[in-house]
Amino acid sequence: MAKMNMLQAINDALRIAMQADPNMLVFGEDVGHFGGVFRATSGLQETFGRERCFNTPLTEQGIAGFANGLASAGMTPVAEIQFADYIFPAFDQIVNESAKFRYRSGNEFNVGGLTFRTPYGGGIAGGHYHSQSPEAYFTGTPGLKVVVPRNPEQAKGLLLAAIRDPNPVIFFEPKKLYRASVGEVPEGDYQTPLSRAEIVKSGEHITVLAWGAQVDVLMDAAKMAEKEGISCEVIDLRTLAPWDVETVAESVRKTGRLLINHEAPLTGGFAGEVAATIQQECFLYLESPISRVCGLDTPYPLCHEKEYMPDALKTFEAIKASINY
Amino acid sequence: MTDATRSKQSQRVEHRVNFIDGNALDIPILKILQADGTTYDGAVEPIIDKTLALKIYDTCVFTRVLDDRMLGAQRQGRISFYMTCTGEEASVIGSAAALDDGDVILAQYREHAALRYRGFTTEQFMNQMFSNELDLGKGRQMPIHYGCNALNYQTISSPLATQIPQATGVGYALKMQGKRNLAICYFGEGAASEGDFHAGLNMAAVSGAPVIFFCRNNGYAISTPTEEQYAGDGIASRGVGYGMHTIRIDGNDMLAVLAATQQARAYAIEHHAPVLIEAMTYRLGAHSSSDDPSGYRSREEEGQWREHDPVQRFKLWLVNKGWLTEAEDTQLYQDYREEILAQVKVAEKIPAPALEQLIEDVLDTPTPALKQQLAQLKQHISQYPKSYPKLSGRG
Ligand SMILES: Cc1ncc(C[n+]2csc(CCOP(=O)(O)OP(=O)(O)O)c2C)c(N)n1
Repeated sequence: MAKMNMLQAINDALRIAMQADPNMLVFGEDVGHFGGVFRATSGLQETFGRERCFNTPLTEQGIAGFANGLASAGMTPVAEIQFADYIFPAFDQIVNESAKFRYRSGNEFNVGGLTFRTPYGGGIAGGHYHSQSPEAYFTGTPGLKVVVPRNPEQAKGLLLAAIRDPNPVIFFEPKKLYRASVGEVPEGDYQTPLSRAEIVKSGEHITVLAWGAQVDVLMDAAKMAEKEGISCEVIDLRTLAPWDVETVAESVRKTGRLLINHEAPLTGGFAGEVAATIQQECFLYLESPISRVCGLDTPYPLCHEKEYMPDALKTFEAIKASINY
Repeated sequence: MTDATRSKQSQRVEHRVNFIDGNALDIPILKILQADGTTYDGAVEPIIDKTLALKIYDTCVFTRVLDDRMLGAQRQGRISFYMTCTGEEASVIGSAAALDDGDVILAQYREHAALRYRGFTTEQFMNQMFSNELDLGKGRQMPIHYGCNALNYQTISSPLATQIPQATGVGYALKMQGKRNLAICYFGEGAASEGDFHAGLNMAAVSGAPVIFFCRNNGYAISTPTEEQYAGDGIASRGVGYGMHTIRIDGNDMLAVLAATQQARAYAIEHHAPVLIEAMTYRLGAHSSSDDPSGYRSREEEGQWREHDPVQRFKLWLVNKGWLTEAEDTQLYQDYREEILAQVKVAEKIPAPALEQLIEDVLDTPTPALKQQLAQLKQHISQYPKSYPKLSGRG
């Protein structure tokens, strides 16, 4: 075990995967010698050379298309999109191409080796364009896996699993936690399985669900609720597509209640999908409506960021409302 | 469509394989003003009188002082973020000075000097940077994302290069409306790698939109040097490829920038056609207040570029002309330092926009869902006023 922050854990995962797989390439804007604007790729060019870790020109469309081409020809590209807000120029290449390579060709071709890494989320005074959580645009696209870690140990294990998964994966990294989240991380090579949710804390009265940086928010809210005698079961979904329905459904059958929290706007957010599915699975067990604590239906703001965020206090209030329904 | 934009193809025929070398284009660079403030022999000066020259210089000094002070304010934690124009003042101000007030500016983010030239007040700059209730952008974007309809300066958007095809649309609109105006679009050599750059230039060339595409080729895109950004003869060669009037200029030479932009403007309006200007310059400062250039370039390199300081070079020209004295220059810096400091203190005390503004402008009117979300939020804040201090004590 070693103490690492999330960036170091990601860097460690990339290094281990590159060592094991000579076909793996790491590239994106500023990721070369500089190590990326957040330094997730620090030192990789020094170790593996400019052919395997390099700066690309400033074109997300180019990066994604290039990555698709590499993967279709048997390589393992790990492409960085500097901020998730800037993934949209690559949208066509990702949702129409990465996601559909295998299906449209009858598996004559696929881009299974492909991973996109990108920092997402707010809480860093970035305003819109440095704070968005665009996961739902991708969970709505069959053919992609969408993964979000919440701490360094998970980031390393999930990233190694994502890189080795035979499907294209988008790996959203909560940039708010890059340096803030520090923890013990196993030193060697290990994988945290995709599509499996984690019960972070077990409880009796309500299941509260999130992913990435919002899991900490749930933990804070659960502590507040505890003081009022409410026991929360906290679940980290970890993989959003395809997601672990069974673990969530089982928990809700036990607690009878569900709250989902995410930073992206409420309308069209992934919470809606979870709510609809769990309602279907657990209808007769539910004791109150499934509730959602999410971002507002506005673009991500700057000066009212604190008010906008689905924070612990709002979550706590929603937990009480659900219990007292 | 005009003759200027009609497509044509060379009729020259060959019977042997003969590739054109990708580096065969050899685009010259326009230089008018020398380092000592005199002009090159045979150089043709732009149209410039004392009033214009002093207005340009005033904007240079304002921009230098603003950049210096606001970077300081960022380090003190008074604002969250900043980006400077330092080193590129001649490119931005020289081009802005060649325009008509009715020309629409679509900038990338490092061109606040052009907005100042148009008349944006110190107070307006501060209100934006402090996200207070007087900010025209209602506190929604990070510092430096200015915009002002009255001054024909479209609001900055962070996703790079999105303004380039938009500028083509604006230029075409101005043409359709029968105005003798154009759009000017600023971007970096990094942004010129985006698909939007190619889409925007091609659309402009084909549709005959009066647009000046102004590339600030300042050597770096964050840490990425130009050698890793593009191959071939700079960005100017792309303009040639799209069949567009193109020029490369010394971007640290105020007179060269002014002359080229004046003529580009006349041509674009006259012929309903786009023009590409590539200004060779250097980003003297860090990319932004979040960046540390020592990780990717040397102090020596920066030092060499300091010797090409565009503001200093232009100042020497003014002094040589007898239009500016050292004493006046010192006074100008002094006055702006005081004014900016004073305005910082005012702006940071002005409260944040009201919470209601959070749900405005998503659509023309707030949706029922948004109104409900706002009501819930207000109720929640009134329950926990101490946890949301920015808005406590306000409606
Ligand atoms: C679509 C998009 N991708 C990435 C970014 C992040 N980013 C902001 S500025 C920048 C570099 C821009 O370089 P350049 O266009 O040369 O302009 P300069 O900063 O040198 O003036 C990058 C990569 C962004 N804002 N938008």
